[in-house]
Amino acid sequence: MTANLRRRKIYSRIFETLCALAVIVALIPLAMILFYVIKEGFGALNLDFFTHMPKPVGESGGGMANAIAGTLILIGIAAAFAVPVGCLCGIHLSEYPATKFSSIVRFAADVLNGVPSIVVGIFAYGILVLPVKRFSAIAGGVALGLLMIPIVVRTTEELLRLVPGGLREGALALGATRGRAVFSVIVPAALPGILTGILVALARVAGETAPLLFTAFNNRFWSTSLTQPIASLTVQIFTYAISPYDDWHRQAWAGAFLLVMMILALSILARLAVRRLERMNRS
Amino acid sequence: MKLKPFALLLAVALAACQSNESKTANPTTINGAGATFPNPIYSKWFDEYQKSHPDVRINYQPIGSGGGIKQLTSQTVFFGATDGPMTDAQLKAAPGAVLHFPTVLGGVVPVYNVTGVTQPLRFSGAVLADIYLGKITKWNGAAIAALNPGVKLPGDDIAVVHRSDGSGTTYIFCDFLSKVSPDYKTKIGVATSVNWPAGVGAKGNEGVSGLVRQTPGAIGYVELIYALQNKMAYGSVQNKAGQFVTASLDSVTAAATGAAIPNDFRVSITNADGANAYPIASFTWLLLYDHPKDAARGKAMVDFLKWALTDGQKFAPSLGYAPLPQPVVAKEMQALGKIQ
Amino acid sequence: MTRSSDDRSFRIGTGAFAALVLLIVTGIAFELTRQSTLSITKFGLKFWTTKVWDPVSGDFGALPFIWGTLYSSVLALIVATPIALGIAIFISELSPRMLRQPLAYLTELLAAIPSIVYGLWGIFVLVPIVRKIEIAMGAKPALGVGMLAAALILAVMVIPFTSSVAREILKNVPATQREAAYALGATRWEAIKVAIGFGRTGIIGAVMLGFGRALGETMAVTMVIGNSPQISASLFKPQYTMAAVIANEFTEAADELYLHALIEIGLLLFIITVGVNLLSRLLIWSTKRRAVTAVIAPVVAEAAA
Repeated sequence: MTANLRRRKIYSRIFETLCALAVIVALIPLAMILFYVIKEGFGALNLDFFTHMPKPVGESGGGMANAIAGTLILIGIAAAFAVPVGCLCGIHLSEYPATKFSSIVRFAADVLNGVPSIVVGIFAYGILVLPVKRFSAIAGGVALGLLMIPIVVRTTEELLRLVPGGLREGALALGATRGRAVFSVIVPAALPGILTGILVALARVAGETAPLLFTAFNNRFWSTSLTQPIASLTVQIFTYAISPYDDWHRQAWAGAFLLVMMILALSILARLAVRRLERMNRS
Repeated sequence: MKLKPFALLLAVALAACQSNESKTANPTTINGAGATFPNPIYSKWFDEYQKSHPDVRINYQPIGSGGGIKQLTSQTVFFGATDGPMTDAQLKAAPGAVLHFPTVLGGVVPVYNVTGVTQPLRFSGAVLADIYLGKITKWNGAAIAALNPGVKLPGDDIAVVHRSDGSGTTYIFCDFLSKVSPDYKTKIGVATSVNWPAGVGAKGNEGVSGLVRQTPGAIGYVELIYALQNKMAYGSVQNKAGQFVTASLDSVTAAATGAAIPNDFRVSITNADGANAYPIASFTWLLLYDHPKDAARGKAMVDFLKWALTDGQKFAPSLGYAPLPQPVVAKEMQALGKIQ
Repeated sequence: MTRSSDDRSFRIGTGAFAALVLLIVTGIAFELTRQSTLSITKFGLKFWTTKVWDPVSGDFGALPFIWGTLYSSVLALIVATPIALGIAIFISELSPRMLRQPLAYLTELLAAIPSIVYGLWGIFVLVPIVRKIEIAMGAKPALGVGMLAAALILAVMVIPFTSSVAREILKNVPATQREAAYALGATRWEAIKVAIGFGRTGIIGAVMLGFGRALGETMAVTMVIGNSPQISASLFKPQYTMAAVIANEFTEAADELYLHALIEIGLLLFIITVGVNLLSRLLIWSTKRRAVTAVIAPVVAEAAA
């Protein structure tokens, strides 16, 4: 082996080791965050946390029942808004992929994907809070829905395109209209993937805080009304985290634990859904 | 299709949410926002009031006095709360006449986190002004040492903490410092949000206390109860009569005694006369429109205020606030009649 | 109903929703501009160069926030890029097949953690650590909150985005490139360098994607950066970003001009992040196309021969 080759091999080894190190370095904060969230959060969970409302400032105890319900309601509204809009838009883009209109819409969806969530919050405030002069769960839910739309559009479009052309041609050959062909044949074939896209988008917005700050606002009480301000896990965690009260800090960790579990559950659900529906489709 | 049952479930769930509201005797939710200064006692009041009046839910969000004024003006909340009274310009900008109602008296204290110092430090208005102007940068600076003979002050840098949001507590603090330091008045001024020449910003009284608590060498200004609840060290401040006064029920009440209360209740009691008066004391106000569009909610708030000004006052001392002087309460009860 | 009218209503029906998405995006741009006219007309271009942010006197300038946003994001990139690329290379080229999926999943987990949880961890774990570093380095006062903490948190948050796109790019590099390198006697690392060279536009795109994410990050940053509108190159001084000032001051901007100034900052943030994101997508897309062409070309040449 020449000296040159030996040197080059050593360099190669060094860089390969650095890459492995990079993986370890990235995993350290992940481990730390999960460790603290589990350690501090799990320990602070108790029945009260799930069933009680916040106590007055400075008194210990109480819980985040209203915030948990609030987050679920908000992502429900977000899905109700984003799923129809995103899916139908994705369907259009996949059926007419080459038109100028579709290119512009695709471009717009890409733009929307890059908009910071706080800017979306400003927009939602301007069109949903100011005109009716109230903060509401709907405003918060729609703001979250706006963030979901690009993800749903893109996954729907790509998955519909993956459906084998033979399926569409078969449906059309049997005399189906385009609409019937799409909704009865193609979409069901791509359903697992589309569902995954929706669940992934939901997981993303469940953890959003900034757009809720001036749309859903916050609510100390249990509220399921769509037209009133509503509490949410994320905003509540924020409020508690920056406070000086130790009890609130504990509850913030508990809330963070619950939030991370929720998001994990949604992603696992996404994976399971894919597998389940794929099995169904095959049989 | 698989989607149908899922969609049906979602629709039923949403419908259930709506009907739930109408089933439980329709509790009225009244939304308000504003100061963090009185948040401990407001949250106690709204909680207690709801126990005796289960159909009234007052949802108060402490987003800072600036926020309270802004949201009230935009009419996105029904009432506001502030410790910095609305300026004439702000009153003019509101779509209706806004009435100020003092609810309690409180004091703003200088909290600090200085290693090795166990006894309470003494501050003067001039020293506090210079610290916040960035002129005094070390804890063992000459001016601070002069006020605190016999105290071993470390040579650490002072970490100045102020508010990052629009705050009535800032207003009260700046109001006092502008009265005692002309330099402060010109360079910083009096408002809920100012241009701070130095320091770190934290959100709310909670944020400032949190940050001071965690940062060695820090100084901040918070409402008394935040210092008490978090067992933080806070200093005494020199008042107009030259005495070093620690914030307490008595000293805060002393600041309000003898103050001439105008009809619109907008008055500053910082730097008050009196040997025992605490110099950084202030009223905190609830803001209401005199002719609210929603008459039922208006009446509910009036009823609440009547409770707060009488029964509610007994919660004040245990939370570090001073109850309102009787003449002020009497005057307010009269003024409440203006709301219809 | 005839077939063609059914098809037409299908096209129009779905097209309406597609148009809605377009409407939303233009709506955002429009709203942001409309709600910042007061500030635009009063300050004009001076807004981007003024340092002062004074709500009392009504004097607003966005420079401290622009500085804070760019500085924190660039610092985050400097830390995150080598790590993200290292991860991408390791997972796609070096790791044993068995580890690939789990490692990829773990990296994506970093992206799934919400910003608020990063912020929570930042306040209670990262900031005290940074404070200890500052004390050790003699910075006074040792606050802990400041540019360094913000840059570190942003770096961690950005890593999974850059890394997963870079992995995609490397996966799409045609095998012929690497094979050619090995045929010429390259070491493993040299072959990897060839692959990176081929996909370099895409990798730059991946880095820019991370940059775009860092620019718009709000909650984690506002909890650890100190929220002080000063311009400083020091890592230990508290500073402010565009997204953070909007989050902190939006609900309380009591007068119209103040609110419009904040929304104008939002408009700038919108323009910058959208621009960076689009540029990154362009770069990524062009690399993917090049990869496809590179595969097709030799095949076509063979077929023609």
